Amino acid sequence: MSAPGSAASGVPHLDVDPFDMMFFADPYPTHELLREAGPVVYLDKWKVYGVARYAEVHAVLNDPATFCSSRGVGLSDFKKETPWRPPSLILEADPPAHTRTRAVLSKVLSPTVMKQVRDRFAAAAEERVDALIEKRSFDAIADLAEAYPLSIFPDALGLKPEGREHLIPYASVVFNAFGPPNQLRQEAIERSMPHQAYVAEQCQRENLAPGGFGACIHAQVDEGAITAAEAPLLVRSLLSAGLDTTVNGIGAALYCLARFPDQWQRLRSDLSLARGAFEEAVRFESPVQTFFRTTTREVELSGARIGEGEKVLMFLAAANRDPRRWDSPDSYDITRRTSGHVGFGSGIHMCVGQLVARLEGEVMLTALARRVAKIEITGEPKRRFNNTLRGLDSLPVTITPA
Amino acid sequence: MPAITFIHPDGKSDRVETSGGESAMQAATRHGLDGILAECGGNAMCATCHVYVDESWLARLPAVADDEDALLDGTAAERLPNSRLSCQINITPELDGLVLLLPDRQV
Ligand code: HEM
Ligand code: FES
Repeated sequence: MSAPGSAASGVPHLDVDPFDMMFFADPYPTHELLREAGPVVYLDKWKVYGVARYAEVHAVLNDPATFCSSRGVGLSDFKKETPWRPPSLILEADPPAHTRTRAVLSKVLSPTVMKQVRDRFAAAAEERVDALIEKRSFDAIADLAEAYPLSIFPDALGLKPEGREHLIPYASVVFNAFGPPNQLRQEAIERSMPHQAYVAEQCQRENLAPGGFGACIHAQVDEGAITAAEAPLLVRSLLSAGLDTTVNGIGAALYCLARFPDQWQRLRSDLSLARGAFEEAVRFESPVQTFFRTTTREVELSGARIGEGEKVLMFLAAANRDPRRWDSPDSYDITRRTSGHVGFGSGIHMCVGQLVARLEGEVMLTALARRVAKIEITGEPKRRFNNTLRGLDSLPVTITPA
Repeated sequence: MPAITFIHPDGKSDRVETSGGESAMQAATRHGLDGILAECGGNAMCATCHVYVDESWLARLPAVADDEDALLDGTAAERLPNSRLSCQINITPELDGLVLLLPDRQV
């Protein structure tokens, strides 16, 4: 067969680095370029295929037999390189192994369990808003987008109070590590030892409080669903993917609602829109920007021939603003029908924690909209750079109580 | 193409044409129907596409799978014996005329 993405296969080659600081500062023109170049593109810089249109991203996500996860969902191919940490038993697994571990986490984070934690999550959101109303001026990232999930999620997991300061730095390493071997990835991994040590320790059964998500995972060992050796690694998945993602999700919603005051007023006049406002922020900002797959065989995708063992980069964020799929994709509209967006992925790996994320987003935005008349941005927002996550480092705001 | 009817809690009804191989959820969202949220896009993960199946149709639907059964325990409106997730009901020609009742809330 022809060389990857050679002229013969008709796949356009682009000289674009989607893991570069310049790109992160403003990814939208490049997203458009990627979408318009063709249904499948080839990125010479990292020698990977890319898909940025909704139809192809959705197709790749929903064909896990051809586009697998077990060779890593970052650039690194686990068949050729040793992973930086033991692979995830769910994210970096294929059926049938994935089916079994996935069933365990689905049960631990089910709609039934969400009903049980809802009141607690809502009360904590009210408390946070009380504190912020006292302050009036604050950093919407540190004091809200981070402070709120930190006040509930580690407790819901059953973590000890000591050492929680490792959680966000650990997640930041995990999400940087999906990227190419650039400075962000290398530095993150070099500094990761203390965070890895903390996480490994917390995943052990004796360190997880009874009744929490962590203990519920270990209880599945007694049911025979997983082995005692697997349980800590599944707890690790929640530590990796359950906190920083929602920090960026809530941060995205706040940034949208502060920038688009008409949408904020709309939310205030109908609090039942809170859940939709959060979901639309996940589509609009796509806190998780990208994931990779690896081909298990030669495959034709929308006319492009891709060989076996090739990495395919899925631009979730670009798919979420593809004009082929969305009306006015670049406007933030809290009443939009967002069903089908790929901000949480799609198919068998679709975010297993999506209900936790939505619950946090909904109760936080409800509490805020009930008590706050106006949110004003009072300083230059600062971006936080990560190979996979998109979000802010700080967002100075002043609020006016209702 | 088979058509199906959704009945809203206020008694109002909407008849929806389905297109080949669609689920009841997909038909509803494609027509912009209120009352089906489908937050997970049909991946059987959210239970926000809950419907009550008209009793006369119940026996004609394929059985509830284990994952659907577990999700139904978490629906926002009360689970009844005729509760189903509309994303798990594929509309085949035999289901032409199916009647589904919408619950008063999905979250
Ligand atoms: C706004 C917040 C969140 C976003 C945007 C997000 C996004 C995603 C995406 C895009 C995937 C798909 C990965 C793939 O296809 O390879 C995923 C999977 C996953 N997420 Fe989330 N997530 C969020 C919150 C959470 C939370 C709160 C948890 C845990 C409580 C969590 C745990 C996981 C796990 C364990 C997987 C792997 C599932 C599998 O491979 O079957 N996520 N998430
Ligand atoms: S659409 Fe989510 S379970 Fe049916």
